[in-house]
Amino acid sequence: MASTLVEKIIARASGLSSVAPGDIVTCKVDLAMFHDSSGPRRVGPRMRELGASVWDPSKVVVVTDHYTPAVDLESAAIQKLTREWVKENKVETFYDQQGICHIVLAEGGHLRPGMFCAGGDSHSTTGGAFGCYMAGFGAIEMTGVMVTGDIWTRVPQTVRVDWTGRLPEGVVAKDMMLLLCGALGVQNAFKVVEYGGEAVEALPMQERLVLTNMAAELGAETGLIAPDAVTLAAIRQAGGEVDDEAVRIWRSDPDAAFEAVHQFDASALEPQVALPNSPANAGPVAAAEARRIDQAYIGACVGAKLQDLHMAARVLDGRKVAAGVRLMIAPASAATMRKAAADGTLATLTEAGAILLPTGCGACAGYGAGVLADGEVCISSTNRNFKGRMGHMTSEVYLASPYTVAASAIEGRVCDPRPYLTDAA
Amino acid sequence: MSGNVTGRAWTFGDNIDTDVLAPGIYMKLPVEEVAQHCLEAVDPEFAARVQPGDIVVGGENFGMGSSREQAPQALKILGVGAVLAKSFARIFYRNALNLGLPALFFREADEVSAGDRLELDLAAGKVRNLTTGATYAVAPIPPHLLEMILMGGLMPHLKMRLAAERGA
Repeated sequence: MASTLVEKIIARASGLSSVAPGDIVTCKVDLAMFHDSSGPRRVGPRMRELGASVWDPSKVVVVTDHYTPAVDLESAAIQKLTREWVKENKVETFYDQQGICHIVLAEGGHLRPGMFCAGGDSHSTTGGAFGCYMAGFGAIEMTGVMVTGDIWTRVPQTVRVDWTGRLPEGVVAKDMMLLLCGALGVQNAFKVVEYGGEAVEALPMQERLVLTNMAAELGAETGLIAPDAVTLAAIRQAGGEVDDEAVRIWRSDPDAAFEAVHQFDASALEPQVALPNSPANAGPVAAAEARRIDQAYIGACVGAKLQDLHMAARVLDGRKVAAGVRLMIAPASAATMRKAAADGTLATLTEAGAILLPTGCGACAGYGAGVLADGEVCISSTNRNFKGRMGHMTSEVYLASPYTVAASAIEGRVCDPRPYLTDAA
Repeated sequence: MSGNVTGRAWTFGDNIDTDVLAPGIYMKLPVEEVAQHCLEAVDPEFAARVQPGDIVVGGENFGMGSSREQAPQALKILGVGAVLAKSFARIFYRNALNLGLPALFFREADEVSAGDRLELDLAAGKVRNLTTGATYAVAPIPPHLLEMILMGGLMPHLKMRLAAERGA
């Protein structure tokens, strides 16, 4: 029987020879990840109430990223509690202030094709770029995973999204996803979005993470990209082990039944901007052009990886942030910070006037440094612009690529980044 | 808890997100305090005026966004008896049921006005608008989940399962 990639992964995890959309099955979890906000502080007390311990500490990854670094007594207490829980439960893999969970999981080589993973964060969908199932669950369900090692799921339908052609200069994975949020909407619950096609195959790993990360904004259960040579190289470079066979095994069969197949032409794509207060309010940058901004923010799992900082630096090299505008950059991981320091990217950015913030989720979710006052306008490389997301209820967030955020910081208004990319610099 | 819920309706539109249900700026506080800010971005009076047993009626994609369980938990703490919506975001839906907060897919949400008295029969999949007299059939909650909800949610369910495993 022909199967989609997600059906193959769920069949393996549930010990069945095959599954079909709608089946309710129980899956064994290969890896469980949670962070300081959704993790020990919510799960720990419940585990005590149950008198149960972690089912397999070698399969658990804990990350502090939401309240890091601590800025007040509440966030300091959450950090402390997280560290103590990790120690008590003998969890070996603990990334303390090393970056945003989805990025450190990728950097650590933890994810491999075919795995079934549960994450205590909605952007856990990011992991799907490695050809594994990884979806977000609430803390109460993560409690169940921690003590039993399994979780029930209803086998989802797969929506296939094919990108033909090649992306033009100045147009990146973030623009692909903003366009998709507008085209497919944010109401794709209980479905998996599988990406493919020439433009997706041409993307480096960090850009692929953007596609699966923002499957969360589509409302999807998760996003998936079948593994190829790029995937295997990224896993091995990160110190993970993977067989070449994975490429053959973990992909949808040619005659697999998709709920829908959508085709988009990457070569016709322009830089996109999502207007407040939904990622679905996306359109070509021209629709928001000249909107005055108070802040430009480059941060979050989706928008502050090394390649994102390189995009910003390319635009900002030799230029200055507009007077009256603050450009804040919170690299997605400590490794990103180190590499960007070593290759001169941070110097280029700070020379242009960017304010460098600690790594972590930061202002993206209104948790960390860089939140907005009433009526303030921000253009951001993050993934959500819900009402009040980055601060005051009346603040406004425009979502865009790192190129577009950096160019807008220079002009003090939302603008098209492409004129800044024509120099051979 | 029985399989029936009766209460006044609070109506909301499409895409009520988790930042509106549990604003990020309050997330480091205890969930009881987060609950006082639940839905304030769209109805500043909600937390103060909602009564135990009241029913939240949403449009499409209710609970979109974050995995934060404080979103359904805030509703539960404020005494909300059930959430009806045309459709739900996946993690919110799972969180709500796991916390013992019934959530029903209800396509006719637009036919409910704020303040209408509603009566739900979870097991039969029935919504009755006591104010208008209209009755609606809705997809019942799958049996394995209804059993868990009526038990009080995932925690009591896990207790039972672990006790059975220990006894085995």
